[in-house]
Amino acid sequence: MDNFSSPFVTVAKPYRDPTDLYKLKTRKTMAASHLASRMKRQRIVDSIFRKIAWFFTLIVLILLVAITLSLFLGSLPAFKAFGVNFFISTEWNPVKEKFGAFVPIIGTLTTSVIALCIAVPVSFGIALFLTELSPLWLRRPLGTAIELLAGIPSIIYGMWGLFVFAPFFAHAIQPRLQDTFGQLPGLGLLFDGPLMGIGVLTAGIILAIMVIPFIAAVMRDVFEVVPALLKESAYALGATTWEVIWKVVLPYTRIGVVGGVMLGLGRALGETMAVTFVIGNAHQWHASLFMPGNSIASALANEFTEADGELYTSSLIALGLILFLITLIVLALSKILLLQLKKHEGKAL
Amino acid sequence: MISIYTRRRMVNAINLTFSILAMLFGLFWLSWIVLTLFEMGAHALTLDLFLQMTPAPGEQGGLLNAIAGSLIMVVLAVLVGTPIGIMAGTYLAEFGQGGWLAAVTRFINDILLSAPSIVIGLFIYSVYVASVGHFSGWAGVLALALIVIPVVVRTTEDMLRLIPNSLREAAAALGAPQWKIVTLVTWRVSRAGILTGILLAIARISGETAPLLFTALNNQFWNTDMNRPMANLPVVIFQFAMSPYEHWQELAWAGALLITLSVLGLNVLARFILRR
Repeated sequence: MDNFSSPFVTVAKPYRDPTDLYKLKTRKTMAASHLASRMKRQRIVDSIFRKIAWFFTLIVLILLVAITLSLFLGSLPAFKAFGVNFFISTEWNPVKEKFGAFVPIIGTLTTSVIALCIAVPVSFGIALFLTELSPLWLRRPLGTAIELLAGIPSIIYGMWGLFVFAPFFAHAIQPRLQDTFGQLPGLGLLFDGPLMGIGVLTAGIILAIMVIPFIAAVMRDVFEVVPALLKESAYALGATTWEVIWKVVLPYTRIGVVGGVMLGLGRALGETMAVTFVIGNAHQWHASLFMPGNSIASALANEFTEADGELYTSSLIALGLILFLITLIVLALSKILLLQLKKHEGKAL
Repeated sequence: MISIYTRRRMVNAINLTFSILAMLFGLFWLSWIVLTLFEMGAHALTLDLFLQMTPAPGEQGGLLNAIAGSLIMVVLAVLVGTPIGIMAGTYLAEFGQGGWLAAVTRFINDILLSAPSIVIGLFIYSVYVASVGHFSGWAGVLALALIVIPVVVRTTEDMLRLIPNSLREAAAALGAPQWKIVTLVTWRVSRAGILTGILLAIARISGETAPLLFTALNNQFWNTDMNRPMANLPVVIFQFAMSPYEHWQELAWAGALLITLSVLGLNVLARFILRR
């Protein structure tokens, strides 16, 4: 608020009339100087207040730099010891002190991709239902339910996944998947192996259930941005509801939708507890999605407190750094896309 | 040959049906999770849960030390994080127009808002736990506070921006200095909104497990010394759920129900305050 940062810039000078009584003169000067000192004090308080606010804002900024820097310093020994090999080696052997990040990186990416493949169409359907189809009286409670689902702590999803979903999955769904796709050449490899219920695929599904509310909530907000005028024009030309969605709403909000998906991806990549319970924590790489694997976050959650030796700890911190950088890029992209949508908002097409 | 009109109607019907199915699919998981939670947790929800310590394998017990530890750490984290968050949010909304600091911070803050919480724990471990040499309640508080800050910054800024400028101008016209405008006018008007942000932050951190694993760790006994490892609900749930002992798993379900209820309660309360 620069235009009223100093409401009283100039203070009226005390009245100086030679004929004035001495007493009156002093009183006026005193009052004026009192006012001046008060103003001065307020200005000092003002600048202190500003400085404090500025300082705390700087803290937020420094936080990101500090996190990156400390993780980088912590992971230096691992990078020095293994070099590029750290990224491509599948070996993870604490006894021989040989560490490679390939399995957890691939595990993180695979589970997130599976999660998005399920979550994006479902979230799109939910957002569509909430903005176009739902009767008005249902809109609010359903929207709130989706938002509440987003608030449930991830450890609950993990526990439910381990105790309820995994047995059900092994018993009812995995055999069918194997029977259906297992014989296909190439694709069959993905559904090979014992039916344990836990593994990469289960982790991906639990992640999907977890990110659906996030993506659906963003998509709904984005769809609501579309001016009613545009939709009504399309309806007036005889378009069906689906055509309005596909040819008017979606093109208009494309950037925002992608931003929402990226936000969900950011969540999925960094999610720890929901994955740790069900992924199986095995540092081996298998083509099959039924086999246990590992993700960066769950490797950290399981091994960090027990890691002894500098190289072991440093390798785990390096994993953390990789995770942080990946999510940083994804989140920054999503933010930029969502900001672009905002910029276009309100402009005529 | 189907006419183009019929085909368009069919595509429409199929896709809208899919949309309804998607909604049902979403609700199906939600109700399944909530039902399981009540089914498994409700019968363990006895008075003992709040009166006894976490048990050793094979013994009876409750979750008193974990509940107390969680409460202490959450309260302290909010006390540490909120002032920083409110001041930074105020800067973004009131002082930072056009400056580089506000623009950059707003961007960074949104990234921190969804940064993986396990990395926050790793960060606190490297800068605090490793240098002190032991896990402690304070480290847990710091990690949680780092999660509180971005949430509060975001809501504070959003809420302050909703205030019409004429209010600020009116105060300025009366000669109020800027710090008085902020503290006596804008903060007061957006009090409910800022409070909502704090409640949402509490809801967020009360279920966070990952950042506490390497910071507060866990403690089987009653402990109020913030310099020692501290029991907390999420980590106890994690440990007990992963254990082979059935009564530990039961306690984990009870704890899970407790956390979910409080998180949902806080969310509902936040909504209620905001709507009023």
